[in-house]
Amino acid sequence: MDLTTLRGKYIEAVAGAASEAALEEVRLAALGKKGEISALMATLGRMDPEERKAAGAAMNSLRDEIDAALRAKKAGLADAALNDRLRSEWLDVTLPGRPRPRGTIHPVSQVMEELTAIFADMGFAVAEGPQVESDWYNFDALNIPPEHPARQEHDTFFMHRADGDTRPPHVLRTHTSPVQIRAMMDQGVPLRVIAPGRVYRMDMDQTHTPMFHQVEGIAIDRNISMANLKWTLEEFCRAFFEVDKVELRFRASHFPFTEPSAEVDIRYSNVGGQLRIGEGDKWMEILGSGMMHPKVLQAAGVNPDEWQGFAFGMGIDRIAMLKYGIPDLRAFFESDLRWLRHYGFAALDMPDLAGGLSR
Amino acid sequence: MKFTLSWLKDHLDTAASLDDILYALTDLGLEVEEVVNPAAKLASFTIAKVLAAEQHPDADRLRVCSVLTDEGEKQIVCGAPNARAGITVVLCKPGDHVPGIDTTLGVGKIRGVESHGMMASERELELSDEHNGIIELPSGEVGQRFIDWLAAHRPDAVDPMVHVKVTPNRPDALGVRGIARDLAARGIGTLKPLTIPQIDGQFDCPVVVQIDPALKAKGCPHFAGRLIRGVTNGPSPAWLQQRLKAIGLRPISALVDITNYFTFGLNRPLHVFDAAKVKGALRIHPAEGGEQMLALDGKTYTLRPGMMAISDDVGVESLAGIMGGEVSGCTPETTDVFLESAWWDPITIAATGRALKINSDARYRFERGVDPAFTLPGLDLATQMVLDLCGGTPSHLAQDGGPIDTKRAYRLTPARVISLVGMDIPEAEQRATLEALGFTLNGDMATPPSWRPDVLGEADLIEEVARVASLTKLVGTPLPRVLAGVPKPILTPLQQRERSARRTIAALGYNECVTYSFIDEAAAKLFGGGEDAVRVDNPISSEMSHLRPDLLPGLLRAAARNQARGFMDLSLAEIGPAFFGGEPGEQHLQATGLLIGHVAPRDPYGSRRPVDVFDAKADAEAVLSALGAPARVQITRKVAGWWHPGRSGVIGLGPNVLATFGEVHPKVLAEMGIKGAAVAFTILVANIPYPKVKTPTRPALTISDLQAVDRDFAFVVDKEVEGLTAVNAALGADKTLIASVRIFDQFTGDKAEAQMGAGKKSIALTVRLQPTDKTLTEAEIESVSARVIDKVTKATGGALRG
Repeated sequence: MDLTTLRGKYIEAVAGAASEAALEEVRLAALGKKGEISALMATLGRMDPEERKAAGAAMNSLRDEIDAALRAKKAGLADAALNDRLRSEWLDVTLPGRPRPRGTIHPVSQVMEELTAIFADMGFAVAEGPQVESDWYNFDALNIPPEHPARQEHDTFFMHRADGDTRPPHVLRTHTSPVQIRAMMDQGVPLRVIAPGRVYRMDMDQTHTPMFHQVEGIAIDRNISMANLKWTLEEFCRAFFEVDKVELRFRASHFPFTEPSAEVDIRYSNVGGQLRIGEGDKWMEILGSGMMHPKVLQAAGVNPDEWQGFAFGMGIDRIAMLKYGIPDLRAFFESDLRWLRHYGFAALDMPDLAGGLSR
Repeated sequence: MKFTLSWLKDHLDTAASLDDILYALTDLGLEVEEVVNPAAKLASFTIAKVLAAEQHPDADRLRVCSVLTDEGEKQIVCGAPNARAGITVVLCKPGDHVPGIDTTLGVGKIRGVESHGMMASERELELSDEHNGIIELPSGEVGQRFIDWLAAHRPDAVDPMVHVKVTPNRPDALGVRGIARDLAARGIGTLKPLTIPQIDGQFDCPVVVQIDPALKAKGCPHFAGRLIRGVTNGPSPAWLQQRLKAIGLRPISALVDITNYFTFGLNRPLHVFDAAKVKGALRIHPAEGGEQMLALDGKTYTLRPGMMAISDDVGVESLAGIMGGEVSGCTPETTDVFLESAWWDPITIAATGRALKINSDARYRFERGVDPAFTLPGLDLATQMVLDLCGGTPSHLAQDGGPIDTKRAYRLTPARVISLVGMDIPEAEQRATLEALGFTLNGDMATPPSWRPDVLGEADLIEEVARVASLTKLVGTPLPRVLAGVPKPILTPLQQRERSARRTIAALGYNECVTYSFIDEAAAKLFGGGEDAVRVDNPISSEMSHLRPDLLPGLLRAAARNQARGFMDLSLAEIGPAFFGGEPGEQHLQATGLLIGHVAPRDPYGSRRPVDVFDAKADAEAVLSALGAPARVQITRKVAGWWHPGRSGVIGLGPNVLATFGEVHPKVLAEMGIKGAAVAFTILVANIPYPKVKTPTRPALTISDLQAVDRDFAFVVDKEVEGLTAVNAALGADKTLIASVRIFDQFTGDKAEAQMGAGKKSIALTVRLQPTDKTLTEAEIESVSARVIDKVTKATGGALRG
């Protein structure tokens, strides 16, 4: 058989191979050890040099051509097989992804972390205290003697006293202010702490719950003034509400544990039911503050002739409501799944000053 | 505290506008809560004149009037009998709102005749109850605003009422005069002088007053009074009634109205006895207990021992300083009145008022502190007013005791004011402020006035100066950083842990809740609490009577509420305090997760399956790991009673409990109203040991290049043999070579028992051998395997599964 015929036969056979197995058969028949072309090439050894030179080149060329055709066909067959497989592997990708639980952080926790981030930057540590308090820490040490009318206005929850126990009953702390006293006694001065936490008052209606959250802040040093207090609160509000500018108004007031005392109002507008902090012509009270009363410093063993400082307290739930537009305080403690999912924060939404407090 | 603008102007000479006064009040610390300006609702009405009044063609009682208004002549149909030509009237035009009938007028047709507005009666404008006819004004120009006419002729009718919130330290501001004094100190006008009249008694007071020695030192140091004979106790004059009505008081009679007028005007509560009904002397004494008195509020009160009372020969006539008695009260028939002015100890009054639950204007003032130096001047002023309004002849003064001494002085240090407030208030201004408020300055010592019991130290002087100077003017000054540079972390290890726990739990898919710290007694008892020590004495409801011993009951109640709303798959968590006692500090931080229902919604992949113990356990382990708990822990079954005894465990280190996980006891679930099973975990956050040395450096990583070898073993053991026993035994077989042991399968239940015998199960372990210096030979592997089998069978009493 001449080479041309041989070429024609195998090129055709390669093209006609329908599967990889058939193609392998063609390869073996042509280029296998016992293949037709291999056998033909084995005859080269018996040729004289002149003849071999010409025939060798032609045979090598034929072998290479068949080999290339085989490879190309093989790749083609593999692609076709893969395409078939891919076609058969079609899925409805509009089906839902596999369910993953999505947890949430309660707004109170989130806001506590937000305010901690801000005050930490200003050098305030976080202090804590017990929620069942002795009346000394909750009242007396804060310059609220037993007969003081403010003591009645606190709507205090009292703990039960066993018969024969003549101590005054403990109270559920009515404010976070007792932590001031504990922090001063434990850590001494100078001191900067905030104390966020649960507080309790006997009050339940549209806008009150018997438990809510407050954050207390104190800064004590040798020359801290009420002007420092105002700046601190302005900075806090600006950072917390994430606005470029806030305006606070200090209004003289009275708290037994501060003197002078001021209630602090923040400027806001209400456009179509949306509160905007820092603009508009309305004022809203957001916290109480003042310079620490000398008697409070004394009660905690701090000499008021050497040290002075400010204190403030504000409702965490309330500022959370303001910032995030949450309408109802009572819902904070009802654990309604719909509410938790709607107002909650993602686990990794960790407030920090570098990235911003909220997304 | 309520007052009207004209009342204020009795004491304050000012040209300031109402708005300026309101701003100053709030800024001074007398926060304006409410302003009622009667002029506001009358602002649109104008004066008009009736030119002609003709009979209505279709109605006997109606007249068709031609009225001259600022907009020309208008036709108005009017039914008032006095509607006639020539009178000056008050006109309400179409579009105006008429307050007394709460109607906005339109142009109407009355019996076929058009009417352009109405002419108002007093009642229709809420000026009085008069409704016999329309208002006929004695003067007034057509087109003039009616409120301007009122301001000129009946100022009380358009007198704005102001309601200020008075902080408990300011009893002096519970009188209009005190408020006027504050405003004067601010520069809003000048305080008018108060002239005390000279009362010339005509006879000795027949009512003798006597303070029991027990009360003289504390309780009632001073009691004074005077009899006025021959009074006529009719209604008080209109101006007085108007003022009392404006602040929400009901006028009663001249004598009673006078006492109220002094209570609110001068913070000087008084009491009037009908002298004819007082038998013998008035004795001020501590009650023995059990005495009863019908008070002016119509209720009968029973006195407890020690409460202060004023009694005559018959019995208790007055709850001293709180409320008078009905029997000796004044009536229109009263002709002889005994007018009382006394000073009562605030603490005693507060205690009695609280105990009897009486809130009266007198108690409110006496318990905050009434000016002790004003007892007699107040009596004289009130006597004069009685004489002026009711006539009569006054007796000489009757009194026992005398005013307490309030004299004290504190040093004013102007530099300290500036340093504390951070505002540059000149010394002269500081002194002027204090003097305007009634302080007496002697060098740098300031003596507070008798009406300021709240001023008890230098800090109080500073407060007075600062609030009068206006804290609104305060300009913020940066608070210097404690240290230059990057602030240090400020959270304590426990605080950091609380955060990690919260974030980890949320990342595991739980919705964080914040539930109340108190729960009902039944729930508390189910969870090991509910003792008296943690009972709230005055709970707001029986649902909130006890401090929670554990976070689970609150979460279970929340879960039940959500189930009731149709949410059956729940992952709820809380991180917060639980209370193990009623003393301060008997609380600890728990982190609790609760799973109910299924792990996933139904989906095409079969992801949905009921939650089980091992979900709770995995989550507990994830949280423990995030909080730095060691990997090697013990698991025991010493669980509390609210867990399923067979399906729960305690994760601990020796006696130290780190966490509990498992199924909640079905009985507890039933009591808490939960449908289906619930699994949970509770982590005692503070019990996890802290690392002994805190360093960010990690220990060196050792990795072997030699391949690890896994060998699997299955053992047949008794059903209740715990897998951990087998794992620990296998680990002990070769402490250097065995890197880990894990249970990868178990075969239990009826089929297993059928195969392996009753009461048996099979567990399968995979043991990983990690060579360190050379590849293991088959013989070495066989040798370790034999030891594993030996250890495990010995420890479990089981056998290698054939």
